[in-house]
Amino acid sequence: MTCARLPPLTSLLALLFVALVTAPLLAVAGRGSGLSLGPADWAAVRFSVTQALLSAIFSTLLAIPVARALARRRFAGRGLLITLMGAPFLLPAVVAVLGLLAIFGRSGLLNTGLQALGLPPLQIYGLHGVVLAHVFLNLPLATRMILQGWQAIPAERMRLAQSLGFGPREVFRHLEWPMLRDVLPGVALVILIICLTSFAVVITLGGGPKATTIELAIYQAVRFDFDLGRAAGLAGVQVLIGAFAALAAWALVKPAGFGAGLGRESPLPAPAGWRSLADAVVIAVTMLFLTLPLLAVLLRGLPGLVDLPESVLPAAGRSVAVALVSAALTTCLGLGFALAAARRSNWLVEAAATLPLATSGLVLGTGLFLIVQPFAPPMTLALPVTVLVNCALSLPYLYRILLPEARALQADYGRLADSLSLTGWPRLRWLVLPRLARPLGFGAGVAAALSMGDLGVIALFAGDHQATLPLVVQQLAGAYRIEAAAAAALILVTLSFALFWVFDAGGRRAAA
Amino acid sequence: MLQLDHLILTQGDFRLAANWTANPGERIALIGPSGAGKSTLLSAIAGFVAPTGGAVRWNGQDLGPVPPGQRPVTILFQDQNLFPHLTVAQNLGLGLRPDLRLSARDRERIEDALARTGLSGFGPRRPAQLSGGQASRAALARALLRARPVLLLDEPFAALGPALRAEMLDLVRDVATGTGALVLMVTHDPDDARALGGKTVFVGNGVAEPPVETAALLANPAPALQDYLGRK
Repeated sequence: MTCARLPPLTSLLALLFVALVTAPLLAVAGRGSGLSLGPADWAAVRFSVTQALLSAIFSTLLAIPVARALARRRFAGRGLLITLMGAPFLLPAVVAVLGLLAIFGRSGLLNTGLQALGLPPLQIYGLHGVVLAHVFLNLPLATRMILQGWQAIPAERMRLAQSLGFGPREVFRHLEWPMLRDVLPGVALVILIICLTSFAVVITLGGGPKATTIELAIYQAVRFDFDLGRAAGLAGVQVLIGAFAALAAWALVKPAGFGAGLGRESPLPAPAGWRSLADAVVIAVTMLFLTLPLLAVLLRGLPGLVDLPESVLPAAGRSVAVALVSAALTTCLGLGFALAAARRSNWLVEAAATLPLATSGLVLGTGLFLIVQPFAPPMTLALPVTVLVNCALSLPYLYRILLPEARALQADYGRLADSLSLTGWPRLRWLVLPRLARPLGFGAGVAAALSMGDLGVIALFAGDHQATLPLVVQQLAGAYRIEAAAAAALILVTLSFALFWVFDAGGRRAAA
Repeated sequence: MLQLDHLILTQGDFRLAANWTANPGERIALIGPSGAGKSTLLSAIAGFVAPTGGAVRWNGQDLGPVPPGQRPVTILFQDQNLFPHLTVAQNLGLGLRPDLRLSARDRERIEDALARTGLSGFGPRRPAQLSGGQASRAALARALLRARPVLLLDEPFAALGPALRAEMLDLVRDVATGTGALVLMVTHDPDDARALGGKTVFVGNGVAEPPVETAALLANPAPALQDYLGRK
């Protein structure tokens, strides 16, 4: 069968992509092997795992009541709220951190209130600050994943429960708990993996001997001590932990999209009485928790917009350029891989789309730093390296967004297209692009926003003239220029969502 | 001449053998129980299923290495014969040039094919704006344009009512006569086989029997065919 072979171009690209991810890992392994990590390094390993575990557990447990309230209540703005819950995934972490500082920070809203009541202030820096920020960023993702589980309980099962006279307790025991038992481990693992490699949150809210993650330790080893051997050793440990978590996730997680619409009519009974009140409180508190910090950034940032530091606008330009190039690259690769895998599953493509999940921006960055350094000053390559790393890290998401759509396309129209000799460019032009415009636009938007907001590898490479906008925000916040940082954050978040919106709306329009 | 040369098709436990030839201009119905392999046989001729033994030949040439689009074959599937995001005219145009760089002459031919299938003026419409019968006509119009020597029909009219189905069979006969094509049509209904006129292949018990004159076959059915038809 001639139509089932992997096209040579796709094979080559998959091979190049695998090389892009493995070469830095090999560089890290070569430099870091045989190295003994000191007590401070092991403390970083312990802290990484502890904060990720706590973040995953809290995000998941807190998401259960929110998801249940959303699953069984109908109110104005519910659909909008669920859609907005997809946004924090694309929210630049530095912006979230600034918002949380404005509410929970030393002179934030909460501590001002506590002070007025004569109570001791809360401290946001350290472990609980990192966990708080991770819950803020991941609670919505957890809620959406668990909500999908609730909505997947068949209506027939709920009808049967009602006809048997089940109360809320019996419904929970016989229907909801079995669903949660299936869904929760996967949700927690996904968040664990995200938090293991979190950098922007930890560099602002963590630090010091007690609250340094592996990622932060790598950054400090490269940037402050220029101890590349130690950075490589730490990167090796990070990869081992990441690979272990990714393997566990691969074994446990059922594919749960964060892009699908959730508009189906719910069969869940909506119990009255105190439960109704509790649901209302849960939804209101969640909304406040998620919106107040962003509102604070808006209020603090607006006055600063008239007096922006000089570094902001050039950094914004660089960020947009990096985001556009990386989105274009990722989308092309993701589409090529998804189309190839839709025809026949292929281990090379699968490896290319899964491998990055076990790495992190700082790990790939360290490896590329080691590779580049003998030939050129790494600073000069800061932006191209950032594009490559962003592309590698967002490809797994793109691939998983596009694969089901590519499979459906192949199942519905593959034979018809083959029978008409619709191959190569005409097939792309007349079949693939028009039919997949919607997921392609959505995926390109996700890739652009992720790349726009990423703070990781750029911190490792950049000098003053290569800084991207998230790095500038972080530097301003680190220098306690809070108003300027908030203003820059406002620009960053606006540009991120504008890029997402342009691609997503473009895709939807092209599909219409 | 289409030759199924000691052809063996297997998919898991399923197995189908065929060893016969058919000539240009012949019209052959394939009948038999569900799951007997009628569609699989058409898929093999069209190039979507690779034989595990024997070969499909056209004028002596083994079609094994020939990709589906380059075989001397047009196939109409049960559904999804038109791309929903393209206009009817574009869907027909794909039959002439897959890159849709259509010349004025090509456009004339498309209009002509639409006229011959009773679809004049439907060119700019999207498939969603067509009825089931009109969609079948559009697919047949494209077969007319492609003018391949073999026309495979995998129950494309199954969802149509009896009157429309008879109309479509008339059109199939027109198209086949116009292009001189060999027609192989899968059906459940012996009446369709009669209406197509010509020969019938009974597919059952793992074998696609050689084609026999339809009237003779149905007048004097073998026991397996008798079981399939039911005793009247």
